[in-house]
Amino acid sequence: MGEAIVVTSGKGGVGKTTTTANIGTALALAGKKVCLVDTDIGLRNLDVVMGLENRIIYDLVDVVEGDCRLHQALIKDKRFDCLYLLPAAQTKDKSAVEPSQMKKLVDELKQDYDYILIDCPAGIEQGFKNAVAGADKAVVVTTPEISSVRDADRIIGLIEKEEHISSPKLIINRIRPHMMKNGDAMDVEEIVSILAIDLLGIVIDDDDVIKSSNKGEPIATDPKSKASIAYRNIGRRITGETVPLMSLDEKKGVFKKVKDFLGIRG
Amino acid sequence: MKSNQRKSQHVIIKGTKDGLTFLLDDQCSIETLKEELQKTLSDRPESANESVQHVNAKLVVGKRYLDRFQIEELESLFSEEMNVTINEIESEVISKEEAEEMKQNMQVTRVVKVIRSGQVLDFKGDLLLIGDVNPGGTVKATGNIYIMGSLKGIAHAGSQGNEEAIICAAEMKPSQLRIASMIRRPPEQNGENSGFEEGECAYLNEDKEMVLDKLQILSKIRPGLSMEI
Repeated sequence: MGEAIVVTSGKGGVGKTTTTANIGTALALAGKKVCLVDTDIGLRNLDVVMGLENRIIYDLVDVVEGDCRLHQALIKDKRFDCLYLLPAAQTKDKSAVEPSQMKKLVDELKQDYDYILIDCPAGIEQGFKNAVAGADKAVVVTTPEISSVRDADRIIGLIEKEEHISSPKLIINRIRPHMMKNGDAMDVEEIVSILAIDLLGIVIDDDDVIKSSNKGEPIATDPKSKASIAYRNIGRRITGETVPLMSLDEKKGVFKKVKDFLGIRG
Repeated sequence: MKSNQRKSQHVIIKGTKDGLTFLLDDQCSIETLKEELQKTLSDRPESANESVQHVNAKLVVGKRYLDRFQIEELESLFSEEMNVTINEIESEVISKEEAEEMKQNMQVTRVVKVIRSGQVLDFKGDLLLIGDVNPGGTVKATGNIYIMGSLKGIAHAGSQGNEEAIICAAEMKPSQLRIASMIRRPPEQNGENSGFEEGECAYLNEDKEMVLDKLQILSKIRPGLSMEI
């Protein structure tokens, strides 16, 4: 019996889909059996980020309406045999599915997979209600921006009302270390103290994340990138390992250290 | 004549410097009382001065409970017979409902919670919040509000019009403060520390202006807040 984790944020554009794709990939890398579920009906993206768009035959709405069986709609990932995707429909809207139907669907998936990651649409309406209906746990994604923290706060309030979900965990995405250092952006401690929930991980803003998303390859497969390490750490924390938080400071090379010592700029 | 005198014992009128006090017997029926009142009021000697001045009356009804309709009836009786308005009714009994509301308004509700954006907490009586009020969150109470954490959202004390109510917070950084019908927000400055003047408690001063001040001031301005030890 697996566990279902909903990835949500309230605000749009903070990286829910990217986070879902990368945590899923990280868990698959660790050998877990993972199913990603896109609940953003009408505006599906997860398939694009995973590079599986042209393999879609059936979708979530087809399954719910009984036009196909669940395993027919599941798409196996290109890279990992233990990673699957259940895409959302692009032609319908959120009202095509009821929370009770989503719960039934997720419960069915829990029989076969270790982790079900549910990508939630932005907003607090029907789409959100569908996404949280079957979840056991929740991950709230925010960025160090005041508007996104405000919406995360609202979403946490709504999740706390759902009795079947244990207390949500926080991911702070798109961190720009130099802005935090200069005090131009909210820092990690400040965000955690406002939202008052456990921190699951922090992810640095990295151009490579966008680059690899555009290629349809989640960054978590890259062994070197900082964002990739961050996502893999988050994956390890989800499986129950204790991994320390990543340091935000840039590592200085020997050359740079010598330069600093001699007082040479640049 | 004799029976008349005996009857009129149900209503005793006393004059004070604030007006008239009517002592109404609490053992007879309300009908008897009304009849007698009518008689007493109409029997009174004509005022020497034609332009009878407005008189305030206080009713002392003892252990009799008067509901809203009975009070209205008495009021109309008084205003018809004499130019009298009832401005106070002193009764030794209250209804269970009123008693419960009074009790609710007296009690302190403890809440251990973070009030998040979009959430509204509304209480009768005082509120003791062990937690924060985040931006976009609202707490309301008919009495005082005490917040052990930081207040970054909206707090509304005395929400049913109690102007004596106060708001205290360990960290006072509200987006808005409301006491009774008064609303205040921090001044809009561009500086880092734009906000209210320093202070952990807010109250309305004599001019009904909201003031923030140190907690120490409370013992002077609201001595009734403290329980008797």
